[in-house]
Amino acid sequence: MSFFGFGQSVEVEILLNDAESRKRAEHKTEDGKKEKYFLFYDGETVSGKVSLALKNPNKRLEHQGIKIEFIGQIELYYDRGNHHEFVSLVKDLARPGEITQSQAFDFEFTHVEKPYESYTGQNVKLRSVSYSYFLRATISRRLNDVVKEMDIVVHTLSTYPELNSSIKMEVGIEDCLHIEFEYNKSKYHLKDVIVGKIYFLLVRIKIKHMEIDIIKRETTGTGPNVYHENDTIAKYEIMDGAPVRGESIPIRLFLAGYELTPTMRDINKKFSVRYYLNLVLIDEEERRYFKQQEVVLWRKGDIVRKSMSHQAAIASQRFEGTTSLGEVRTPSQLSDNNCRQ
Amino acid sequence: MSDTAVADTRRLNSKPQDLTDAYGPPSNFLEIDIFNPQTVGVGRARFTTYEVRMRTNLPIFKLKESCVRRRYSDFEWLKNELERDSKIVVPPLPGKALKRQLPFRGDEGIFEESFIEERRQGLEQFINKIAGHPLAQNERCLHMFLQEEAIDRNYVPGKSFSQCCPGWSAVA
Repeated sequence: MSFFGFGQSVEVEILLNDAESRKRAEHKTEDGKKEKYFLFYDGETVSGKVSLALKNPNKRLEHQGIKIEFIGQIELYYDRGNHHEFVSLVKDLARPGEITQSQAFDFEFTHVEKPYESYTGQNVKLRSVSYSYFLRATISRRLNDVVKEMDIVVHTLSTYPELNSSIKMEVGIEDCLHIEFEYNKSKYHLKDVIVGKIYFLLVRIKIKHMEIDIIKRETTGTGPNVYHENDTIAKYEIMDGAPVRGESIPIRLFLAGYELTPTMRDINKKFSVRYYLNLVLIDEEERRYFKQQEVVLWRKGDIVRKSMSHQAAIASQRFEGTTSLGEVRTPSQLSDNNCRQ
Repeated sequence: MSDTAVADTRRLNSKPQDLTDAYGPPSNFLEIDIFNPQTVGVGRARFTTYEVRMRTNLPIFKLKESCVRRRYSDFEWLKNELERDSKIVVPPLPGKALKRQLPFRGDEGIFEESFIEERRQGLEQFINKIAGHPLAQNERCLHMFLQEEAIDRNYVPGKSFSQCCPGWSAVA
């Protein structure tokens, strides 16, 4: 989003210092379009410059101050205009005065905490939520400010879970259909493969085919106001035809082909995104028999870059003991972190 | 951005299938035919009955073969019983054809051959859909309809076998 002031006399650009080397990641925006943004991780420094280009070099630009902000915000779709900033950092770039020529102002937000992953909710019209991060440069003026924003994308990384047991269960309808299903893990990373099997112990109905669905469930609100939004991300047929007792059907589902995010549990105590595998059997009369099972998805880091891990190590030292995931930081609490020139 | 290790996608171990299971008859055989419509009675007290023949190897049915005579109102009774007692969405019956029962028609009304054939097909579809449903198989009314000589309208409704076990869902 960017707004230009009345009578654009100045063009504002935000440029990152590491724009060449920094990776970009795709992210779906509110209107469903996929765009690429610069990718940041928790603890990384955000540094660059704000460049002002005067359209008419002879015309001076009077202003009431120039600043740059780094914002992390939660937006509740159903309550438009209800933004909550969980990260808010400010750097003043210039005191009130005049700009007589095009110039650039350097800025650096050191080891910025980015606790949540960027997320765009499923159903923009209803009770969905989005987490977003952006830089905002503002030239304050008497009548209207000149504002330029730059969205960025944040990913949260995890490491291989220590405990990752398989899921194995026997389910069925008495005297009618008994199966044993097994998935090799309970926690999968976003480029993982679900390896499993379905073993038929008893088949007294006429099965036509079997599929496995990946379901994403967004949960907003707490207590009596809990609202779930389900979305079937994938439907993958694993068997066509009628099985008999003793048959074993293999499952091999590659997750990299689907649009998935990590499992988010109780963010801000108000919001969750969870994933479920739904095993569905359909019989000849189109009756559906299903078994749903939650799986935890996590994001695996790429080959670790030394600079990133160094910064992340510093960040963890600095923030240890002061915040925990899920805690909300209001701008007033962050005032110590703001450096004013 | 590539993994140095390739994901392990080998199949999970499973028991080899017994040959008798693999080549034996499937345990889900269920066939119901509706045929041989016959109109009985005279004048205004006429009605049509159909033969309902069932063959199955499902253990939930007491008889592996049965043959009974039923009329349209018996099917309606079955539909009402299942709608009231079981949790399933009962499929529709072929129409009641009230218009055909009005006087001064040019044809035979509800005893017209083509109409009886249409109704027979509809009833066959209806009973096959119901009898294959695991929740309907639990109801006494279905067993009485399919396998007992006469329907006792004063019977005590109930479940003939145990309910579905938890941790599973059957959705019609």
